Amino acid sequence: MPRWVWALPPVLVLALVFLYPLALVVQQSFTPDSGGTSLSPYRTVFASDAFREALGTTVWLAVGATVGCLVLGFFLALVIAFVPFPGGKAVAKFIDVFLSFPSFLITLALLFIYGTVGMANGLWTGATGAASGPFQFLTTPWGVLLAEITFFTPFVMRPLLAAFSQLDTAQLEVASSLGAGPVRIVRRVILPEALPALAAGGSLVLVMCLNEFGIVLFTGAKGVTTLPMLVYSKAILESDYPAACVVAVVNVALSVGLYSIYRVVSRRVGA
Amino acid sequence: MLVHSRTGKWTTWGVFGLLFVPLFALPLLVILAASFAGHWSGAFPSGFTGEHYASAVRGDSLQALTTSLVTALSASVLALTVGTWAALAAAALKKRGRRVLDGLFMLPVAVPSVVVGLSVLVAFSKPPVILNGTSTIVILAHTILVTAFAYQSVSAAILRLDPVYEQAAASLGARPSYVLRRVKLPLLLPSLTAAAGLCFALSMGELSATMMLYPPDWTPLPVQIFAATDRGSLFTGAAVAVVLMGATLLVLFTVSRIRTRASFR
Repeated sequence: MPRWVWALPPVLVLALVFLYPLALVVQQSFTPDSGGTSLSPYRTVFASDAFREALGTTVWLAVGATVGCLVLGFFLALVIAFVPFPGGKAVAKFIDVFLSFPSFLITLALLFIYGTVGMANGLWTGATGAASGPFQFLTTPWGVLLAEITFFTPFVMRPLLAAFSQLDTAQLEVASSLGAGPVRIVRRVILPEALPALAAGGSLVLVMCLNEFGIVLFTGAKGVTTLPMLVYSKAILESDYPAACVVAVVNVALSVGLYSIYRVVSRRVGA
Repeated sequence: MLVHSRTGKWTTWGVFGLLFVPLFALPLLVILAASFAGHWSGAFPSGFTGEHYASAVRGDSLQALTTSLVTALSASVLALTVGTWAALAAAALKKRGRRVLDGLFMLPVAVPSVVVGLSVLVAFSKPPVILNGTSTIVILAHTILVTAFAYQSVSAAILRLDPVYEQAAASLGARPSYVLRRVKLPLLLPSLTAAAGLCFALSMGELSATMMLYPPDWTPLPVQIFAATDRGSLFTGAAVAVVLMGATLLVLFTVSRIRTRASFR
């Protein structure tokens, strides 16, 4: 028996429960409720303001969150790896645990910290006697951005910490003994070594931000609609399946396209 | 290593703490504090009570906990079976075949979970297979979502496996099935348990696909937490969230114990 026969059962299972349903979504996106096959669901959805706004919001939130995660994750990993402090190991362990929790817990926590009657506003009104606090950004895209940066930064830190542990610290000592300052060492020695891990972590976070749903749902803001949120509201709240499928196809095209780039990048750098 | 002066070090650590504590440590602490809070209308919670936990381990919430545990357990077992099989089969293939299998099995990571939920809903709400409104459809969606992670970690482990063991076994006349059962799977056991823990944790926290699919009599913990916060019971939501985190951590801890014990063999 040739070897590929053994690969058939799992591939068939995957095709039945994943690929076939996806194909049906694509098919449904070309099938308006009035029957027949046409592009009209696409025309309707593309013409709607809600879709355009959701697409714009999704992309800028994802890009913004990715940049934020990269900057923050790079700095935090740098300190853990190269300015070691007691408890640094525990912090790295904590990051691992953090990764196993669902994303919406962050939004839930932010409600207590920055919500209208939360800690931050409570401190402010307590200190100034004002009627309401200055932190009202939770139900805006900025609240979603903060939650996404918090939740996804560990995904950047993990590959970075792995890459940093491979780095020979003698290089840093040499550079330092030759008179290079910390900024220069980071720029000339550490950053080139970290680039592959940054690229891999960054593109993974970008895809996950494009697909994030829990954070946006828990924010509960009518003003923040992303593509996954639109899929949910079209399908479940409005029962408009053709429109939901159109949005789903667009979202899949975006994230699968990006994910393929991520796979190519991470294979090339061997991460 | 990077910063040598005393003040430089302390400044760096200070900035680190200023970023790390409010962003990562505070959220989890706040949820924990809120789960005990009677009310929270100022800077700090007050009126500490265990009431929310009493309601979190009773009635609907208790049912949500068992629902989540059953779903996560079934999804992990299924995903581990399919994922391990696929990873073993892929490892036996030539480069191109392996790449195709890698691409296929990693695809669910790239597809938004909401869309996985939608596609399962579209596909299994009509003949020949109608699963709409059953617990099976939730377990099925979770399985699809976590299989990719099982596949990924098992195939990484197979790559690290020293081929000498199976070659030695085969040269002594062991048949492939015997080599698989007595050599390969025992060597892979630590990675398999780690993959199982990962799948379990992911399934416990899965919300996106579940929101698309769950029938009223099969509401996992994340849906329960959303329902609680959506109707304004933030403290109950926090208590259920602590139950969710606790259950996840407990399972991960148990799995890592098995893992260390298995690696001694």
